[in-house]
Amino acid sequence: MEHTSNEKLLDIRDLSVEYHSNGKIVKAVSNLNLSLKKGETLGFVGETGAGKTTTALSILRILPELPSRITSGEIWFNGENLLLKSKKEMQQIRGKEISMIFQDPMTSLDPVATVGKQIEEMIGLHEKLPKKELREKAAQMLEQVGIKRERIDDYPHQFSGGMKQRVVIAMALSCNPNLLIADEPTTALNVTIQAQVLELMKNLKRQYQMSMIMITHDLGIVAEICDSVAIMYAGNIVEYGTVERVYENFCHPYTEALFDSIPSLDEDQEELKVIAGLTPDPTNLPSGCPFHPRCPYAGPECAQQAPEVRETEPGHIVRCHKDLKGGSGNE
Amino acid sequence: MFKYIIKRLLMLIPILLVVTFVIFTLLYITPGDPAKMILGQTATEEAVAELRAELGLDQPFLIQYLNYMKDLIFHFDIGTSYTTGQPVIDEIMNCLPATLKLALSSILIAVVVGVPIGVISAVKQYSIFDNIVMVLGLAGISMPVFWLGLLLIILFSVRLGILPASGYSTWQQMILPAVTLSAQSIAVVARMTRSSMLEEIRKDYIRTVRMKGQTEMRITIFHGLRNALIPIVTVIGTQFGSLLGGAVMCETIFSIPGIGRLMVDSIKTRNFPIVQGGVLFIAIGFALVNLLVDIIYAFLDPKIKAQYK
Amino acid sequence: MNQKKQNKEKKYSFWGDTWKRLKRNRLAMFGLFIIGLLVFCAIFADLIAPYDYATQDLMNAYQGPSLQHWFGTDEFGRDILSRVIYGTRISLQIGFIAVGISLIFGGFLGAVAGYYGGKLDNFIMRVMDIIMSIPSILLAISIVAALGSSMTNLMIATGISYIPSYARIVRASILGIKDQEFIEAAKAVGTSDWTIIIRHILPNCLAPIIVQATLGVAFAILTAAGLSFIGLGIAPPTPEWGSMLSTGRNYIRDYWHMTLFPGLAIALTIFALNVLGDGLRDALDPKLRG
Repeated sequence: MEHTSNEKLLDIRDLSVEYHSNGKIVKAVSNLNLSLKKGETLGFVGETGAGKTTTALSILRILPELPSRITSGEIWFNGENLLLKSKKEMQQIRGKEISMIFQDPMTSLDPVATVGKQIEEMIGLHEKLPKKELREKAAQMLEQVGIKRERIDDYPHQFSGGMKQRVVIAMALSCNPNLLIADEPTTALNVTIQAQVLELMKNLKRQYQMSMIMITHDLGIVAEICDSVAIMYAGNIVEYGTVERVYENFCHPYTEALFDSIPSLDEDQEELKVIAGLTPDPTNLPSGCPFHPRCPYAGPECAQQAPEVRETEPGHIVRCHKDLKGGSGNE
Repeated sequence: MFKYIIKRLLMLIPILLVVTFVIFTLLYITPGDPAKMILGQTATEEAVAELRAELGLDQPFLIQYLNYMKDLIFHFDIGTSYTTGQPVIDEIMNCLPATLKLALSSILIAVVVGVPIGVISAVKQYSIFDNIVMVLGLAGISMPVFWLGLLLIILFSVRLGILPASGYSTWQQMILPAVTLSAQSIAVVARMTRSSMLEEIRKDYIRTVRMKGQTEMRITIFHGLRNALIPIVTVIGTQFGSLLGGAVMCETIFSIPGIGRLMVDSIKTRNFPIVQGGVLFIAIGFALVNLLVDIIYAFLDPKIKAQYK
Repeated sequence: MNQKKQNKEKKYSFWGDTWKRLKRNRLAMFGLFIIGLLVFCAIFADLIAPYDYATQDLMNAYQGPSLQHWFGTDEFGRDILSRVIYGTRISLQIGFIAVGISLIFGGFLGAVAGYYGGKLDNFIMRVMDIIMSIPSILLAISIVAALGSSMTNLMIATGISYIPSYARIVRASILGIKDQEFIEAAKAVGTSDWTIIIRHILPNCLAPIIVQATLGVAFAILTAAGLSFIGLGIAPPTPEWGSMLSTGRNYIRDYWHMTLFPGLAIALTIFALNVLGDGLRDALDPKLRG
């Protein structure tokens, strides 16, 4: 919120990613468009399997090589198309320019290296520093995330889940990246720790003045730390806008369903509301709008034709045939 | 760590006690009178009885065993060869260098060749190289040591005449035996490395390292292989056991005067003290290798290391 | 009742699925085919073998492979092909019986250790550890040295050295399943220990046992041939592959065919069993597939 400028840092155009599994082709991401301004924090929301992580891994180009393939699109970062970069150039961008925090801290650290060494490795790859300074910088990073510097020679198994995630955050920030992608950084943690880690990330984000993509399925987190939000469903963005606009005036039935599924403290609910139907089979997506089988407003055109994006108000984009106009589902 | 090693060494004692007991019992119940064997069929009854008394063979079983253990522990004496009259320990020590040379060079070849092949095979899974390695690996595992040895002799000694078929002193003489003995281990180590690497390089932390901007080469070696090493070291340890078994065949084929051949010859002449000594030595050797493997674990796996502190 | 029926159906589909997966593995099917062929040779050796395995023909000794003698003849002019065919009988017999021995004893010990636990478990498993502390081929050599060399003793020797592996597998499976509810339920209604072990527990460790047994047959055949080769197993004139190799070794400078074919038979058998064992492992436990 504080440092958002109008300059685009990241601009994803028409990105499509496919997976091959058991001879079937899975369209994980199809013709996705998304951009991010400098200093902006974007919430990236959707159910598991919607393609959020795939999009993130595509930006860093660390998708698992064998079964997945970027079939089309451009990813512009700081005015350069990342998809045209050589392996070596990408290695210089990873960690230095764009950094990522992964979902499960239990498995995202190398179990046989000390946390210090793992942070030092990151710094050493992008800055030519003597060993002593590397170590000092790693220790400083640990302190930044609230871990005592004495623990620099400890191994990952000596840390709790929340502490490990702090180590991962320290590592991700150690080279001052311009863009940080956080892939559900708190999902695997228990609730009290979630709040702590989130608070930490919020503070560090302010301190480092970087842009951030926060992947989550928790709309509460988005409200707390994001400037804008993109709602993803079955490989594409169905609604995009600033957090204020989308939260107050959502226009897509899926967004509505997501808000409805949040248990409310005010109302006396007997049971949790869930979105009717199942996440679509990614190998066999429904025709037309992929959400239409689960959509309470679906009409005949929804099954036949995929909706185009429309701008309901400046900067607020929705991909739907219907016009929810806020009123119908928003109490 | 040091304490742990001492503890492990002390744990060797009960194992060796039982091993000696089992071997001793086995050979005790074996039909055939060693005294008669030494003196030959023409010896008189008196001479045989005299020798039996001299060797302590007229004593009850338990006394014989206790005597054996007493000599072993206090005098490092594990008996006298029936055929040569030399102390068993001397005979075994004479043969030890040849066996050690053979076993160590084979395990070295297995590691130096097997590990890189396994790593490349894993990184290039489903490639032509990988497919060839997998088929050759299966063939290598199925290759009987003794047949491979004979085939190599036919090819390199008889047909091409470029390598000697027996002996163990020069490095030329060592090539065929070491290659023969290591072939199976190469295959086992390569296969284990491959499967262990395949498991590691799919793990999340590899993605984290990739995110840092590390090169694929370093990711593979310093993170993937480093983590995959634990099962690889385990398999190298167990391979050492089958390698010792294979050494018996190998020494027979290439006429190498090692412990294996000494034992086989002794079994044929019912020279039991040598057999006992040989088994004891190999059991000790194998136990030491297992201990070494456990110590290496501690260096490879910080979780195990933490337990020893 | 109904539950039982369902269980049965599930089991059938489990084996059906396993077979389906195995069929897709061409190498494993090749192994199965070779083993089928070997079993066929072993059973019908009298009908298939072109010559009697013991008939000597000194005029035709040391002959290389020809139309009359596909694999050539040995130092007494005996037909090597016929001897290799009869050799399947001996090797397969040794392999299967040795595995039978280790399976019965190892399975029993493992079941007892795992089911009753406590001191008994500790004692049995320590003994197993000690057996495992001697390299298996060496243990087999020591046993043969003590018992004397004969076919029966070969089976016993190779069988004993593999007892610990089965004991471990069965014990591990039992430990994994012992405390599950359906076992508790069976105990509660007064089912006897042995019925529980055989009815409920054994079927659950069948998969690893099948794999281990397949590889075990390979090991037993290899060990027996190796022992015969160094003169501690089956002695000539019995047509055993290892002892044929041992004889061939004396003539290696001039008559390579005497070592080539018996060795090829051993290697092919071991190869077939290994690929089948690997294939079975993959087919029985689909999770393990890469």
